[in-house]
Amino acid sequence: MLDGLLLGLSAATSPYNLMMVVAGCLIGTFIGMLPGLGPMSIIAIMIPVAISMGDPSAALILLAGVYYGAIFGGSTSSILLNAPGVAGTVASSFDGYPMARKGQAGKALTIAAIASFCGGTIGALLLMIFAPMLSSVALLFHSAEYFALMVVGLSAIAAFAGTGNVAKAILMTLVGLILATVGEGALFNMPRFTMGLMDLQSGLSFITLAMAMFALPEALFLVLNSKKAEQNSEGGKIENLRISREEGRKIAPVIARQSVQGFFIGVLPGAGATIASFLGYAVERNIASKDEQAEFGKGSIKGLAAPETANNAACTGSFVPLLTLGIPGSGTTAILLGALIALNVTPGPRLMIDEPQIFWAVIISMYIGNFVLLILNLPLIPYIAKVLTIPRNYLIPFILFFTLMGSYIGQNNATELLLLVGMGICATILRFADYPLAPLLIGFILGGMLEDNFARSMQLYDGFGFVLDRPMTAGLLVIAVLLVVVPSYRARRAKARQAGVADGD
Amino acid sequence: MALDRWIALVILCVTLAYGYAAFFTMDQLLPPFMQRNPIWPSTFPKVLAVLAIIAALVILLGLEKPSSSEKTPDIDYRRLGEYQLIPALALLGLMVAYALLLRPAGFLLATVGFITIGASILGERKYHILLPVAMLATGIVWYLVEQVLGIFLRPWPFFLGVS
Repeated sequence: MLDGLLLGLSAATSPYNLMMVVAGCLIGTFIGMLPGLGPMSIIAIMIPVAISMGDPSAALILLAGVYYGAIFGGSTSSILLNAPGVAGTVASSFDGYPMARKGQAGKALTIAAIASFCGGTIGALLLMIFAPMLSSVALLFHSAEYFALMVVGLSAIAAFAGTGNVAKAILMTLVGLILATVGEGALFNMPRFTMGLMDLQSGLSFITLAMAMFALPEALFLVLNSKKAEQNSEGGKIENLRISREEGRKIAPVIARQSVQGFFIGVLPGAGATIASFLGYAVERNIASKDEQAEFGKGSIKGLAAPETANNAACTGSFVPLLTLGIPGSGTTAILLGALIALNVTPGPRLMIDEPQIFWAVIISMYIGNFVLLILNLPLIPYIAKVLTIPRNYLIPFILFFTLMGSYIGQNNATELLLLVGMGICATILRFADYPLAPLLIGFILGGMLEDNFARSMQLYDGFGFVLDRPMTAGLLVIAVLLVVVPSYRARRAKARQAGVADGD
Repeated sequence: MALDRWIALVILCVTLAYGYAAFFTMDQLLPPFMQRNPIWPSTFPKVLAVLAIIAALVILLGLEKPSSSEKTPDIDYRRLGEYQLIPALALLGLMVAYALLLRPAGFLLATVGFITIGASILGERKYHILLPVAMLATGIVWYLVEQVLGIFLRPWPFFLGVS
């Protein structure tokens, strides 16, 4: 591990990569602050840039920086304006906004920055310990197990995908898988489902799909719902960034607990930063003392520190399945996976052995990224918050232009733009009806790998026999079925649904 | 019928067509030596089609009871008319126009036009600020894409004589 650390240190501290970390964090913070733009849209917009850089570690470092930056920026707008840009920071507004109303906006931002820093750093530490362990186990897996594992991942995402309606999430996953079969498969060299169109020969581009699923509907929602954007005109003064020693002592145990809890929630597929932050908030409120409990919701520093720590730790946690199994647990990591594949890197257990410099550079860059966010953002917060005053008349055309540009330079094909608009309209309608879109994209990205592994095991075992021959495969498939069936069965019995949103991470 | 079930119906039709293609049209094209393979190009799509049809039917027939606690969505589609529908549609039309004009008109003209018209659709009237901003941003993006990323974008109409 020490060799790896040194290797990562030397790769991540090259001036170019350091620049990428700083740039990523800054871009992420700026855009993440804009209400309505979540990390998924930002990363989708940044992908063409990352891919054309050509160096996978630099690209991943940039995108990871954007991811943290977006989460951090989202908490800034939820504290200052009560307008969370990201679902994962909704819980931060419960106590952060009341603090800002009381004139403690500066303190709230400092606490958020420190909590995010600790959550991210401790998360990276845990990632460093657990990822190698998990990947050495994963090396024992065959293609049959991989196939089963991906099915488990997909059904877990469908089961947890938030809105409580499992059938919708499953249908979306299947639509994603179906879209992935369009085009020429590597295994057969035969065009499928192209309807004779040359433009579909190489399949749909995942950048176009990611833009159409997330960035475009969000921009359209901003247009449709002009009231939401108008709230932002009030800008608060930010001063007095210091926190006292006593307050620091108060939030330290919260941060320690929530870093660990958030990390492990982040590792689970489907349960990302959003669930981690809500759960962190709830847990801390329950174990707080009576007087402190009364303060929750009215500007408690504990209530702000808990979700902030948890969502950053969970973001780091969600890298574990991505880097060790090659299976993304959330929409954001799914987009990262797509970017890596486009850069000719296949994340998975072999990543640590074949390309250790990428693996370790990413982990080191997490520390650096967290550090940069802390140092850069604390003094700059008052200036960065000015972004919130960009008029939406300028903002929206630019967002739309960047989505168009992103999908155009990926393919250099104007038909792609028409596809983007068409699919964007479909995605907007799907969002009206409360269909989750993240499962669709994850299904699309995993579709190719899923079919490859399926085909390989079919060929090895000459038919469906591999399901019975390999107990681990059978076990995993049973788990996948249970994951889908049990929640909908329980939902039928106890019709009440717990509130849970996992759409934004 | 609520919108989500209409969507399920549409998806059902699409998957039925997909399933038809997978089950009945693909296998005849397969060369004989590939037919001895345990897996055909149509195997995986067949599985997907069946599962997707089941899932769509579950939603369409309302077999899974939606939970009682309604959360308020960002946009309520039943009152779509109360939102800023016309600007949204106009922007979508503008995006289509941009897609069609990008090559014939060249990147610079198309983009400046897109940003300017887009902002005016949203109600911006200060053209003396808007136009310089749009031109500057277009120039920067063109420079980044063309010079830094090295992707060729045709800047002007009929540039280099390629249509």
